[in-house]
Amino acid sequence: MYTRVVKKVLLALTATALLAVAISVTGCNGNENGDDLSFDITGSNTVQPLSVVWAEEFMAANSGASISVSGPGSGVGIAALIDSTTEIAQSSRSIRQSEIDAANARGVDPNEIMVARDALAFVVHPSNSITELTFAQLSAIYTNEITNWSELGGPDLPIVVASRDTNSGTHVFVKETVVQMRGLPTEDTSLEYGPGVLFLPSTSAGISEVAGNPGAIFYAGLAYVTEAVQAVAVSQTGDDPYVLPTVETATDGTYRVWRPLFYYTNGQPTGTVKTFIEYCLSAAGQAKVLDVGYVPAG
Amino acid sequence: MRKRSASIAIARDARTKGLQRRWRVGERVIEGGIFLASLLAIVVLLGIVAVLLRQGLPIFAHTPPWEFLFGTKWYPVSEPPTFGTTTFFVATIWVPVVATVIAVPIGVACAAYLAEVAPSSVRESVKPVIELLAGIPSVVIGFIGLLLLSPLVQSMFNLNTGLSGLAAGIMLSLMSLPIIVSVSEDALRAIPDEFRQAAYALGATRWEVVRHVSIPAALSGISAAIMLGVGRAIGETMTVLMIAGGALAVPVSPTQPMMPMTAAIASGIGNAVRGGPQYQALFAIGLLLFLITLAVNLIADRVLERQKRKFVR
Repeated sequence: MYTRVVKKVLLALTATALLAVAISVTGCNGNENGDDLSFDITGSNTVQPLSVVWAEEFMAANSGASISVSGPGSGVGIAALIDSTTEIAQSSRSIRQSEIDAANARGVDPNEIMVARDALAFVVHPSNSITELTFAQLSAIYTNEITNWSELGGPDLPIVVASRDTNSGTHVFVKETVVQMRGLPTEDTSLEYGPGVLFLPSTSAGISEVAGNPGAIFYAGLAYVTEAVQAVAVSQTGDDPYVLPTVETATDGTYRVWRPLFYYTNGQPTGTVKTFIEYCLSAAGQAKVLDVGYVPAG
Repeated sequence: MRKRSASIAIARDARTKGLQRRWRVGERVIEGGIFLASLLAIVVLLGIVAVLLRQGLPIFAHTPPWEFLFGTKWYPVSEPPTFGTTTFFVATIWVPVVATVIAVPIGVACAAYLAEVAPSSVRESVKPVIELLAGIPSVVIGFIGLLLLSPLVQSMFNLNTGLSGLAAGIMLSLMSLPIIVSVSEDALRAIPDEFRQAAYALGATRWEVVRHVSIPAALSGISAAIMLGVGRAIGETMTVLMIAGGALAVPVSPTQPMMPMTAAIASGIGNAVRGGPQYQALFAIGLLLFLITLAVNLIADRVLERQKRKFVR
């Protein structure tokens, strides 16, 4: 009985070990052979859903192509490009000079390709009479300096300010671009989200709050702007025109709250990577950008 | 003939001896297995504590403990970051308090009805239904809170937003209710029937029996049930993340939006750099949360012991 149990255990262990070896061998094959048809994309969590869609479409159209996409963060992706462990680094920020230097020191020449734009709309309840805001006003709202819509000429309603939580890269982007007004004369890097701001775990939670709350304001990617909420036209200083966020204004750059989404390759892409990026930038590829909720690179 | 029967007897004897030996071996294997299983629970617990300490304590080199505990500013992704957790701590008090205030009277009353009043046919059909409530995933509870409860709370209490500690507490009370009902009911049913019969013999009404005999007698079990419910409310993450509002101001009333410790960890860990200050601070919050639940359990233990001793006398 004892020996039988031992035998069974040994058998199970051997089977598991064999399986593990088999998996690791086949797993290694894919990477080590490095055939031209398989490559990696890693980096930004924001770009990841887009890369996944493109990779799926590309693999469906090109049998044999194998693309693995992962989204641990922009910094990790660029580090992987510097270490030559990935073919494409996806990033929601442009590469820093220090990273370019590190790459050059290792013989890697980062090549920047803008693949899409992420435009953010500020949305309020449809019943809100406020239809345009400046960066300074948005900043005052998000720092809780202004707490009632009447201070902006709107209805006498307390402002319920909603934001994404720190899990989201958008949290930081909005803080720097809008709350701290980066690059504007009124820039103040000491400004932070106010203590009354609601930090919500998902964009859809924020949209549903705005849809049901006449006093709420939130920001979200263009794809999330439905009829249940109303987007606000935004002006940087008040002297420049107020622009409503649409695919057109975000594409031609007149709407200012957007950030570029990049692919970085080592030098000019070649082979399958080149074909893939050409597909991404093609009309068919850029059409997918809208489906995912971003704006074409233009 | 005699020889054969003797040999058979010897063989049988040998077989039973072998059987006994096997039994002993089997027994030992099982004993060892059970011992290992209980050891594993302790090892896992110590491992968790070790990880929390290892990952969390380094934050105190960055932020002194008093600033971490009593600071009210939480800006983990700013330069330089500040980590003050008072607001999370206060929220972690508010939400379970609301949940307990709602769930305990309803839960104990429900248990008393099921154990003392309801006919067995009603009890047997109602109790499983209540226990089914415990099986609803917390994300579904959160979703219901987001869609149905938060607008209701907003209009009922005339709030700026329904996303508040109050809404989260109400939803959490639904989640701790089945625990409270189920454990309290078991405690009430465990009381010897002689207690009740003696009370009835003295002319007590049914209400008097429940109020002065059954509930006091089952109090240890009922307090255990309440503590289990409180523990559930403190540790719950998804529901509070979705409907507590997530504001960083120290909440002075449960009707304000707030971010309990569990929600703070969940909403920050995804983007925190491994080993960075934010990561360490979130682990330190985890450590704090662990200490709080430990304290709740210890207090519960004390109460139970005291109650038991009183009961024996």
